[in-house]
Amino acid sequence: MDFGNIFASALGEMFSPTTAAYALAALGLAVHFGYSGLLNFGQAGFMAVGAYGFAVSTLTFGVPFFVALLIAIVCATLFALLLGIPTLRLRADYLAIVTIASAEIVRYIVTTNQLTAVTGSANGLAAFEGGFYSMNPFPEGSYLGMNNRDFFIRIVGWGVVIICCILVWLLMRSPWGRVLKGIREDENAVRSLGKNVYAYKMQALIIGGVLGALAGMIFTLPRGAVQPANYGTELTFFLWTCLLLGGMATVLGPVIGAMMFWVVLSLTQSILYGLIESGAITWLTTAQAGQLRYILVGVALMLLMIFRPQGVFGNKKELAFA
Amino acid sequence: MMMGAVASFVMAILLVAAPASLASTPAPSAPPSDQSFQNSISGFLRDDTRAPLPEVTITATNGTFTGTATSAANGSWNIGVPEQGTYTVELDESTLPEGIKLADGQDNPRDVTFSQTSNLSVIFAFGKGIVVQQQDFGQNLLNRLVAGLSFGLLLALAAVGLSLIFGTTGLTNFAHGEMVTLGAVLVFGFNALGLPFWLSILFALVGGGVFGYAQDAGLWRPLRKRGSGLVPMMIVSIGLALAVRYVIQFFFGGATQQLPYAQSAEVQIGPISISPNNLWSLVISAVVIAIVGVVLLKTRLGKATRAVADNPSLAAASGIDVDSVIRIVWITGGVLASLGGILWAYYRPGVTFDMGSQILLLIFAGVTLGGLGTVFGALIGSVVVGIFVELTTVFGLAADLKYVGALFIMIVVLLFRPQGILGRRERVG
Repeated sequence: MDFGNIFASALGEMFSPTTAAYALAALGLAVHFGYSGLLNFGQAGFMAVGAYGFAVSTLTFGVPFFVALLIAIVCATLFALLLGIPTLRLRADYLAIVTIASAEIVRYIVTTNQLTAVTGSANGLAAFEGGFYSMNPFPEGSYLGMNNRDFFIRIVGWGVVIICCILVWLLMRSPWGRVLKGIREDENAVRSLGKNVYAYKMQALIIGGVLGALAGMIFTLPRGAVQPANYGTELTFFLWTCLLLGGMATVLGPVIGAMMFWVVLSLTQSILYGLIESGAITWLTTAQAGQLRYILVGVALMLLMIFRPQGVFGNKKELAFA
Repeated sequence: MMMGAVASFVMAILLVAAPASLASTPAPSAPPSDQSFQNSISGFLRDDTRAPLPEVTITATNGTFTGTATSAANGSWNIGVPEQGTYTVELDESTLPEGIKLADGQDNPRDVTFSQTSNLSVIFAFGKGIVVQQQDFGQNLLNRLVAGLSFGLLLALAAVGLSLIFGTTGLTNFAHGEMVTLGAVLVFGFNALGLPFWLSILFALVGGGVFGYAQDAGLWRPLRKRGSGLVPMMIVSIGLALAVRYVIQFFFGGATQQLPYAQSAEVQIGPISISPNNLWSLVISAVVIAIVGVVLLKTRLGKATRAVADNPSLAAASGIDVDSVIRIVWITGGVLASLGGILWAYYRPGVTFDMGSQILLLIFAGVTLGGLGTVFGALIGSVVVGIFVELTTVFGLAADLKYVGALFIMIVVLLFRPQGILGRRERVG
């Protein structure tokens, strides 16, 4: 086995656009759950709304990049309003069930054959990224071993992650953020101070959802394609794993969590494949090795939640649950 | 100590799921045609409700060659042809079942040409003939209603278990879908090992109960003892669901397998046409749910369970062994979910590693509709969901959107009556 190669690819995974998308979506979850105590199990739905909002407005309506971006953000805001109106007054587990159901509704709707002309049904949409890459300021060439397109999407993706991290950090240390944390700790206490808890929760849901939509766009741009199968409930669960890995009530936690998630996935995959190819492991096929990694994700999620619910960087006092 | 418990628990899952790996993989394939040729023209005949159309004759001709095939019980047909080229394919419309017509714009006969591949698939789309539309609608409505009842009752099997678990422990168990999958996978595994069909089913039900017991003893009871909150436990159940789903895929593979007797022609009972499997499913689930209902209402155990669901501390104070009630609830939940999974495998039909997670949200919808934690609410909610899912296709919603209707109705009900149909107001806070 070539360990140099394995570590290089794991390191490459750490800064890939997909990791940036996971980090951003997990940051949205941190706003929802870590800071406000909202159990959103539909982050994949927000990502799908962002990705499809962008792709459909580019392909069907032919709008320029920034208009498409704006439409995607507006769509995510509307989706958050739709979700929030019926559920934010209810108990946490109702919100969980409704958000996961809504994310699935979004996925079924973009998959249906009835809308093939708009959404491309199960095959999805492609060739909408031209507007983005035409803004690429980097001339062709090699940048740290990447071509100019890969380099550009990484710069933009991680740039957005950094900007959003700073924004979330500023928001959470503002008076607004303190009220939000108060709602997380004791909703009734905050209500008795005359704050409109419902409005604060709704604002948090929208902000986290918009972060999810941006993540959806960063997720699809380097692929040049958006497919409904990528936005299933498992994506949400992986994002939760990232969030809990890093620490839920922190700004950098979700980012580090996403990096750790992908580095571990990449390392286990390369090492398992290497062992299978060299004949050291004969009781596994490569397909089973792929499944073994996801078994590990599930077990890791359980163990994290049981033994270290605050995550690697979190503060145990800042847990959204007792 | 917790670590050991979790590790032994994961091992238990691995052991339970192991037999499926020994199973052979007889993938369902189209029946071979009489002549054995390298190339073939094939397809599946399904009507607009995705029901297979058996016993339909199709002919392919090219110059002097003529091949004929009759569609099998699952609607598949296959004509072997000597060489790639252009063939005229004709479907004998007189062999179509009553009330089924080719859809508008479907050429018959039509010319088809091979392109590079050795198999050419031809799709015939069917629709209801305009002339028979009126009488078909009532017929269709009735059939879908019965099918929906059958589907709703099998959902209720899983939903009642989920609701009992929620009622007694407060846990929203996202791993319940995997308990459903396990039942079907175990039947397939035991049957592939050569066990008789009835014994496979019995073992699968026992396996479901053991899985329920192992979950409680190895994971949930220690967590309760530690005083874990409900939200962390919900997230643990998501981790468990992911782990178990991929453990099942690890041993079972990604393919769709069929249980014995999965194919059956529809029978006509009075005005209703239903497949015997659906009818069995309906009867079995109705009987089992009735038994659960009687046990809950009439026996000491049932009363104890309801007492724990109502107020665990008060129940403990009145001398009820809360832990043993919860253990029994988990075992019952496991057995019911297994049974639901087996029936679901016949309803779809087919066994896959993610079949349980496909209906998990419908189970949740049933439970939420009825009111979280109320057992009879879960029953009513599930039947409503099942019938709703089947009926929406009659009223023109596309078949690939039929789950959307059920999920949507759940959200709407939460908007106006958040406590569900039978729930009490105080449960929502």
